[in-house]
Amino acid sequence: MARMTMIEAIRDAMDVKMGQDEDVVVFGEDVGYFGGVFRCTHGLQAKYGKERCFDAPINESAIVGAGIGMATYGKRPCIEIQFADYVLPAYDQIVSEAARMRHRSNGEFTCPMVVRMPTGGGIFGGQTHSQSPEAIFTHVSGLKTVIPSNPYDAKGLLIAAIEDDDPVIFLEPKRLYNGPFDGHHELAVTPWSKHEKGEVPEGHYTVPIGKAQIVREGSDVTILAYGTMVFVAEAAAREQGIDAEVIDLRSLLPLDLETIQKSVEKTGRCVVVHEATLTSGFGAELAALVQQHCFYSLEAPVKRVAGWDTPYPHAQEWDYFPGPKRVGAALKATLEAK
Amino acid sequence: MADNKESGHKGPLSIHIPEPPGRPGDKPDFSHIKIPKAGETRCPDLDTKAEDMRDMAYSIVRVLDRKGNAVGPWAEYLGDDLTDETLLRGLKDMMVTRAFDQRMQTAQRQGKTSFYVQCTGEEAIATGFQRMMRPGDMNFPTYRQQGLLIAAECPLIDMMNQIYSNEKDPLDGKQLPALYSFKDHGFFTISGNLGTQYVQAVGWAMASAISGDDKISSAWIGDGSTAETDFHSGMLFASVYKPPVVLNIVNNQWAISSSNAIAGSQNTTFAARALGYGFPSIRVDGNDYLAVLAASKWATERARRNLGPTLIEWVTYRVAAHSTSDDPTAYRPQTESDAWPLGDPIERLKLHLIANSDWTEERHTQAKAEIESEIIRIQKEAESHGTLNKGHGPDAEMMFEGVYKEMPEHLVRQRIEFEKQGLEG
Repeated sequence: MARMTMIEAIRDAMDVKMGQDEDVVVFGEDVGYFGGVFRCTHGLQAKYGKERCFDAPINESAIVGAGIGMATYGKRPCIEIQFADYVLPAYDQIVSEAARMRHRSNGEFTCPMVVRMPTGGGIFGGQTHSQSPEAIFTHVSGLKTVIPSNPYDAKGLLIAAIEDDDPVIFLEPKRLYNGPFDGHHELAVTPWSKHEKGEVPEGHYTVPIGKAQIVREGSDVTILAYGTMVFVAEAAAREQGIDAEVIDLRSLLPLDLETIQKSVEKTGRCVVVHEATLTSGFGAELAALVQQHCFYSLEAPVKRVAGWDTPYPHAQEWDYFPGPKRVGAALKATLEAK
Repeated sequence: MADNKESGHKGPLSIHIPEPPGRPGDKPDFSHIKIPKAGETRCPDLDTKAEDMRDMAYSIVRVLDRKGNAVGPWAEYLGDDLTDETLLRGLKDMMVTRAFDQRMQTAQRQGKTSFYVQCTGEEAIATGFQRMMRPGDMNFPTYRQQGLLIAAECPLIDMMNQIYSNEKDPLDGKQLPALYSFKDHGFFTISGNLGTQYVQAVGWAMASAISGDDKISSAWIGDGSTAETDFHSGMLFASVYKPPVVLNIVNNQWAISSSNAIAGSQNTTFAARALGYGFPSIRVDGNDYLAVLAASKWATERARRNLGPTLIEWVTYRVAAHSTSDDPTAYRPQTESDAWPLGDPIERLKLHLIANSDWTEERHTQAKAEIESEIIRIQKEAESHGTLNKGHGPDAEMMFEGVYKEMPEHLVRQRIEFEKQGLEG
């Protein structure tokens, strides 16, 4: 078992699948010779050839549209959108085409495609390199949306996504590429090489899509988190001395409601954390589900901690980012609620 | 094995993956760029129909020859605009732009800002073009057109304050460094997303025309971003409504690691994109300040005379990295910029001025030193108002301002929550 960064784990997943299945094709802006601006595809072109891994023109709609064409032919495209913030020109192709291909053709055409994209902030990227658009995908019928928080899950989930017969949106929290980040931006980053979750098995394995993971057991409150916020949530619980159970959802759609329900029934309280803006965010869906399924176990209202409802600011990044202090305050308030 | 008998093609089908002329370790090669002699390309009348000037999309307008002389019909077209004063101003604008870039690049490396984008080697294009814009006209720039602002005499201190996200940042820290907004200087707020503003420039020009105004606009895009759908949308609307807009493509050969071949340059020119839309297009030496002035005059004059849109492809080279987040040694030959056949815009204009005016090497050296010390002086002043990593930045609460004209209740609640947490902290 080797220790890998999340970048290396993602690359390894594509490497494994490209080696196993010649229908896996990788393309996107700067992904060919250069290997992507975050280097997730580095070396794949040299290893598998230019027709398996290549640069695309700067046209996200065309990248996804061509991916759909290839997927419907029978390929398994795993395409990269350079930043999740850039995916919007491709939204029509994703929503009106990829997501509905199976349903509208009654199974005659399908779209086994993965759209990878770096998501989230924490790198002073301003409003065009920081957004977390997961909710605009989970709102669409026919898409699966996953978001790993560590190298092990990243590799296993990406292999599962490539093998999935439906389109999968694969969000990569860019602040976690090189190490776990708990929101303490003033401290040095721990690299994945020094973190147990940097352990990544060689070869093929999968992390099933639709299964959450309890990353911290606790009995007083359940925290539902994903991506960067998993580490922020753990840090908040630790720092506040709160016996919180932290669930890393890993897959937003399909969602592991069973794990959520069991936990909230046990703790009776729930805080939902995400970096995306609050209003109509995925946290609203989670809060509604918890309310519906765990109503009689709840001892306090479900609380949401999220990015403020503003564009992601540049200089005020750490005022915007829902760090351990804000999450901690929400935990305390939820525990004190009668 | 597939055998397509009807076409006579034997063997399987294949796709074409374009490659740049060189990668690290290769000898730089620009032999694919056909460069006519200075003065050789014709200067059509302003009202020439697109169909009668298709050749202009495949040639390159050049004015300065190797000895620094201004030659040919485009020099003649400049006429009274070709004064020593104008050219010295242009030289200074380019030198300021380059010195400003160098200081800000270094400031980023020192952690004083998060991000910067240089335009090294491309200074002539924006600084020259701006000389033909008038107050009230509007540029829709990319992040590599700081030369427009410098030529429009935007105070450098304001630009630096924005780059530093400091307490005097005119954008209150909201936007990425160098993604300015300076309406008073005819500089539209830069989005940062690629190509989106090309079609907006067309709409702005349509509005000016619908309003019976005399203002024109200009759209800016890089070679790589012409791949975006919004570029083609802008071209289409320009073709249909013929508004007073100049559509610029800065072809600097590279889009991060992708050569312009990935944007579809191998079989045609970017200028030729206009031919299918049926409006005039010219291809210009972007490192020749005089050619930039002449072509900008030609295209803006067409717009002002209600002759409709013009596409200009500026042929140039991105000497610097894409941005402070990029390292071009990983994907292009290290000495490629030295091999660029159109030279350096500052050196070429300097040569012309030394040959044709009282400008001298000594005066140039002195001017460079003066510009650099003035920029250092302004930089110190800017830094006295703080930098991203030091001093008091814009108020944190400012992130809630300007999302809407009137702050809706949900945002008021969030701002109060934010302030309360700050007090408790």
